[in-house]
Amino acid sequence: MSEKKKWYSLDLGLNRKKSDTTCGCGKTEGGCGSHKPEMTDDAFLEAAVNASIGEEVRKDGFEQVFDVKMDRRSAFKKLTASLLIGAGAVSTSCSVISGDDSKEKAQIDWEEQFKGNYKLMNDDEKKATVDRLMRSYELRTGKNISMTAENAADDVLFGYAFNISKCQGYMDCVNACVEENNQDRDSQMQYIRIHEMKDGKGFNFNEADDNYYHEVPAEGHFYMGTQCFHCDNPPCVEVCPVSATWREDDGLVVIDYDWCVGCRYCMAACPYDGRRFNWSKPEVPEAEINKNQHYLGNRMRKKGVMEKCTFCVQRSRKGQNPACVEACPTGARIFGNLLDPKSTIRWVLENKKVFRLKEDLGTEPKFWYFMD
Amino acid sequence: MRRLKVFKNLVIDSLDAITKGSRKYHIWMAFLTFVMLAGMYCYSIQLKEGLSVTGMSDRVSWGLYISNFTFLVGVAAAAVMLVMPTYVLKDIDFKRSVLMGEGLAVAALIMCLAFVVADMGGPSVLWHMIPGIGVFNFPNSMLTWDVIVLNGYLFLNLSIPFYILFRRYQGKVPNPKIYVPGAILSVLWAVAIHLVTAFLYQGLQARPFWNNALLGPRFLASAFAAGPALIILVLAVIRSFTAFKIEDKTLNKISMIVVVAAQINIIMLISELFKEFYAPTHHSESAYYLFFGLDGKTALLPWIWTAISMNVVATVILTIGKLRRNLKVLYFCCALLFVAIWIEKGFGLIVPGFIPGPYGKIVEYLPTGIEVGVTIGIWAMGAFIFTILAKTAIGIELGTLRYKSRKD
Repeated sequence: MSEKKKWYSLDLGLNRKKSDTTCGCGKTEGGCGSHKPEMTDDAFLEAAVNASIGEEVRKDGFEQVFDVKMDRRSAFKKLTASLLIGAGAVSTSCSVISGDDSKEKAQIDWEEQFKGNYKLMNDDEKKATVDRLMRSYELRTGKNISMTAENAADDVLFGYAFNISKCQGYMDCVNACVEENNQDRDSQMQYIRIHEMKDGKGFNFNEADDNYYHEVPAEGHFYMGTQCFHCDNPPCVEVCPVSATWREDDGLVVIDYDWCVGCRYCMAACPYDGRRFNWSKPEVPEAEINKNQHYLGNRMRKKGVMEKCTFCVQRSRKGQNPACVEACPTGARIFGNLLDPKSTIRWVLENKKVFRLKEDLGTEPKFWYFMD
Repeated sequence: MRRLKVFKNLVIDSLDAITKGSRKYHIWMAFLTFVMLAGMYCYSIQLKEGLSVTGMSDRVSWGLYISNFTFLVGVAAAAVMLVMPTYVLKDIDFKRSVLMGEGLAVAALIMCLAFVVADMGGPSVLWHMIPGIGVFNFPNSMLTWDVIVLNGYLFLNLSIPFYILFRRYQGKVPNPKIYVPGAILSVLWAVAIHLVTAFLYQGLQARPFWNNALLGPRFLASAFAAGPALIILVLAVIRSFTAFKIEDKTLNKISMIVVVAAQINIIMLISELFKEFYAPTHHSESAYYLFFGLDGKTALLPWIWTAISMNVVATVILTIGKLRRNLKVLYFCCALLFVAIWIEKGFGLIVPGFIPGPYGKIVEYLPTGIEVGVTIGIWAMGAFIFTILAKTAIGIELGTLRYKSRKD
């Protein structure tokens, strides 16, 4: 895996596995001469499997399928299977009495293409589309995902606080976010940006670096994270011509990826750089896909739609912390229910000197900064 | 029933008219078709790969497409500068050229819509915007306002000339009671389309470069300079290639409009520059980037200074009456002005809005070949549409296209 990718430079399982099996020559297999000859068969097999998975991660599209090292038997098996699939596709598309699967697939595609805006759906319709999406994934990949359409709970308003004194710029939050939310790996999309600022310059974003590749914490610097602030008065929601983005009752600003037309007006309207666009088809290696999904959260996106941080709606509505909060090794990130007087976030707001960014714009972010 | 028959004949006749012409005409149309096809090929790549084939990114999320859209809304609005004196003030001079102006507005509007569609991430789900079957976020989103005013204006500019030409085609005189109210409405509407398009940007508190009260008025001033400038050039071409007679007096009158609008535009530019640079604030950084560059990033410098010099030179020359009345000088100045405003109101306006980003990040934008290809293709489409409309209109106006003459 290329070292330049920020979310891989840090603590990721795959990275470690990979570095175990690569050698200095850069090849993933023997042949460079530096591999130990006394490697046992089992160890070699494991290494080979790891190496091939490692390669698969880097590839996409056809390459993932065709460019994999395999023995003759599995090759024959796969060839036969794909031939069957291909033949099936041809016969079903030509015949009147086509297979149930492809009929179902076509039916799902049709209903998905012409379904309405999620915001206006009732619970039955929400469940229907979620079921369709899960079934569609199963039909396409043979694997199951679990997707929910959990609504906002009563008496919940999510808020977030960021302790500037504690953050050391490790970016574990960024990695956790990318993994949790199935962001496109090719374009290295990240919802969170960590700004490295110089001591003594104050909050000078202009001179800050949000794209550093060195050991942290760097001498004479402090760190500040930004992401979608889930404003209470979000300008991005106002401007959307099709109401594909809105504020939920628990304060989350969400997007219906299937309703978005990709005009990017919301992106221009956001003062916090909180929104991201899928400039090409997002690719996540099958093995890395987080299968616990929410319709409004980390389900797979398509090309040409907006996405953004949802405070991990798939986790937060189940009472868990967002992935970034859980991953933070310094405890700089605090998340909770603003309406619960006993929550940590309320304690922070009541006992710390908190502030928000660009308050003069009247956007009312639900994301506060504070210092120890 | 009779009307339908006349309409059918009109379609047949105009198809006949637009497929026949001089060798130069055929070469022109073949050239445009070729460019359009090349543009379509570029667009097909964009459809397949996604907008990643353009130079746009999360940092600069609007580029060449939206720039051209903004500029062309202005060109479309400018048709009103001919409509007003002709229909409302009953100035007979403009009568012949006004149809050209309206044809230009139609072509410009179709180009606008094409540019917006080209910029969309999901053109296949654009039906989400259609009221009734989709969700139309009116009146909250300025984009929905823009959809309404642009389509309304397109309808007006199609229907008024169509009514007039349809009557003339049958050898009848158009009834002013029918088309004058429409003309007055389109005058007001033209102001609205450009103002609403300005509000699209002006209403974003996130982008201080756009978020100023002068943006709308300046849009109007520059549009009423660039649009009529283009009309003068088009009339000059029509005059030399067809039998359609356009008097010098008409061109002189239109040039008056151009010069006044260009002068107002310069005054507003000075006001804007004063505000940004006399007491620069954090919000002036985009202007700094545009005019002087920031952190060694200077991609727009050559463009904006070319635009401003062309703008000033053209305005000064046109202000001097003796020079303005010399047609060669007039054409030259109109071309200068048109290009200058295309730069200034195009990417000179859109791109700096994103630079620096919300947190001061400076990432520059450079359009890719595919983006340029699609853009040129859409311009060729506009020229193609205008040529067809103008050829039919000229045929009817000159009397070579007549319903009766077919019967004989």
